[in-house]
Amino acid sequence: MSEALLQLADVHTHIAQYHILQGVDLTVPKGGITVLLGRNGAGKTTTLRTIMGLWHASRGSVRFEGGDITHSPTPDIASAGIAYVPESMGIFSDLTVRENLFLAARSVKSADQMDEARLEWIFGFFGALKKFWNQPAGTLSGGQKQMVAIARAIVEPRKLILIDEPTKGLAPAIIQGMIAAFRELKQTETILLVEQNFSFVAALGDSVAVMDGGRIVHSGSMAELAADKDLQHRLLGLSLDTHQ
Amino acid sequence: MTAISHAAPQDAALPKVKVDVLPLLLVPLLALLMLPLVGSFPTWVTLTVAGLAMGMMVFMMASGLTLIFGLMDVLNFGHGAFVSVGAFTATLALLPMKSWVEADSVLMNLSVLGLAILLAMLVTGILGWAFERIIIRPVYGLHLKQILITMGGMIVAEQLIHVIWGAEQIPLQLPTTFRGAFIFGDAALEKYRLIAVGVGLTVFVTMFLVLNRTKVGLLIRAGVENGEMVEALGYRIRRLFVGVFMAGSALAGLGGVMWGLYKETLTAAIGGEITVLVFIVIIIGGLGSVGGCFIGAMLVALVANYAGFLAPKVALVSDILLMVMVLLWRPQGLYPVAKR
Repeated sequence: MSEALLQLADVHTHIAQYHILQGVDLTVPKGGITVLLGRNGAGKTTTLRTIMGLWHASRGSVRFEGGDITHSPTPDIASAGIAYVPESMGIFSDLTVRENLFLAARSVKSADQMDEARLEWIFGFFGALKKFWNQPAGTLSGGQKQMVAIARAIVEPRKLILIDEPTKGLAPAIIQGMIAAFRELKQTETILLVEQNFSFVAALGDSVAVMDGGRIVHSGSMAELAADKDLQHRLLGLSLDTHQ
Repeated sequence: MTAISHAAPQDAALPKVKVDVLPLLLVPLLALLMLPLVGSFPTWVTLTVAGLAMGMMVFMMASGLTLIFGLMDVLNFGHGAFVSVGAFTATLALLPMKSWVEADSVLMNLSVLGLAILLAMLVTGILGWAFERIIIRPVYGLHLKQILITMGGMIVAEQLIHVIWGAEQIPLQLPTTFRGAFIFGDAALEKYRLIAVGVGLTVFVTMFLVLNRTKVGLLIRAGVENGEMVEALGYRIRRLFVGVFMAGSALAGLGGVMWGLYKETLTAAIGGEITVLVFIVIIIGGLGSVGGCFIGAMLVALVANYAGFLAPKVALVSDILLMVMVLLWRPQGLYPVAKR
C-alpha cells in the first residue's frame, strides 16, 4: 500500500446532542479512489464534513500529509489542498459555470487567467460544460450541475478530493459517463468517494472502508469486497446481484 | 480521454435563462398609472423626481443592510445608527467650512460635500468594523439576541451623539448652488434631488459592477447563496463579511449625509426614524438581493410621494400597504435570493 495521505484516528463527532461518529479510524492512501460505503445514517457524510472542518471532531485526530488538521478552520483545510464536493453539490446557481470554476481557482485574480490546458482537460471529461460555459449554473440539469461541482474541485491541482454521493438522483446514462470520468480522474488524483451505489464504486474503487453506527467496520481492497458476496451482504445488506 | 458527451450531449439546446422582468416593470408602471390620477403633468414630474430622489437615498441606506443579512444571516436593527453618525459626522466638515457651503461656486460646494461624504463614510466604516467585532460577533446565529443587542447598540449610538453634539437639533444648510430648482415648463425639479438621483445611481452602478465583475463581488454573491461552500473553496467568509459590514455601514453613512441635507435638520433619531422604512425596502426587495432592494426603494418612495399628494391620510400607511401587497404576490420579496 502507498503512503497514507489522510489519517483519521478515533474520531468522534457530536452534532447537537447526537453522537454521530463514534471512533472512526480511516486511512486514505495517496493515489486512486478510496470508497466509503455504508447504509443511510452510518456517518459517511459526517466523516467528510469532519475532515473538511465543517463539523469539528470532539475527540480523536485528523491528519493530512502528517499535519494535524483536526481543529483547523475549513478555509485552511481547503488551502492545504483538499477539495470538497458535497452531496447537495453546493453550486452557486446565480453564477455562471465559468464564474463557479473561477471562484474555485484560488490562484487567479481574473477568470481569463484560468489555466486553459487544464480547462480543456476538464472539458475532456465533461464536454457539456464548454457549451454551458456562460450559462447560470442554476439553469442546468442535475447531471450537469454535478459536472460543475466536480469540475470545480479539479479546476486547480488538489491533493485530495472528497466527493459525497455523486450519482445520487442521476440517470443511468449519466452515471455511466461519471464512471468513465472517474476512471480518468483517478490516474492523477486522490479521491475519497462516499457512495451508496455499490455497482458504481465496485468498478472504480481501489480501497474501501465500510461504516456502520459511526464506526469503520471493515477496510480492505475493493477487489476483495466486490468478489465476496457474503461479505457484501453482511456489511451492506446487499449483493451485487440485487444491486446491479 | 473519455468525454461523456452521451451524458450531456454537445448539441443539447442551451437551457433558457429566465429573466424575471415583472418586478423591473413595477416602477415605470406605477409612475405611468399615477399620471392620470395626479392630473397635472408638471406636478407628476415633480412628484416622480422627488420620489426617485428619496428612493435613491433610501437605497444607499438599505443596500448594505440587505447584503449583511444575505451574507451572514444577521438582523442588524442598529443599522440606523450609521445613518445618524454619518449625518452628524458630515457636520464636522460642513459647519466649520461654512464659507465653502455658502460660496456661489459649484466647485467649492461639491468639494465641501465630497469632503463631508468622505469623512462620514470613513467614520461609519470604522465604526462598522467595531460594531461587528464587539456587538455582532458574539451573537452569530442567534436572531433574537441580534435584534436586542443591535437595537441596544443603536440606542447607545444615539445617546453618544447627544453627548458629543448635544441634544438640540442641528440645522444643516444646503450648499448654495444646490439650492433652488430647474424649471422645465411648469415642472420644478429641485437641484438637490437631481444630485441625490445621480449619487444613488452611481452607488447602484458601482455595486452592480463590483458584484458582477470582480472576484470579491462574485464571492459575496456566492456567500449569500451558500457561505459554507465558499469556505470549503478556501475563502474566509468571516473576513468577507467584515468587509461587507464596513462597506454597508459606510453606505449608510453616505445615505445619512444625503438624507440629513435633504431634511436640512439633524436629530440623533434621524437614523432610527428611517430604519423602519429601510427594513420595509429590504423585505419588499427580497432579503439579500441588491437589485430587489433598489426596486423596493424606488417603489416605497414613489408610493409615499404619490400617496402624500393624492391621499395624505393613506400616506401614513402606504409603505406597509405596499409591503403587504408585494408579499401577498411574492412572499419571499421581489427577487428572493436562493439559499442553500
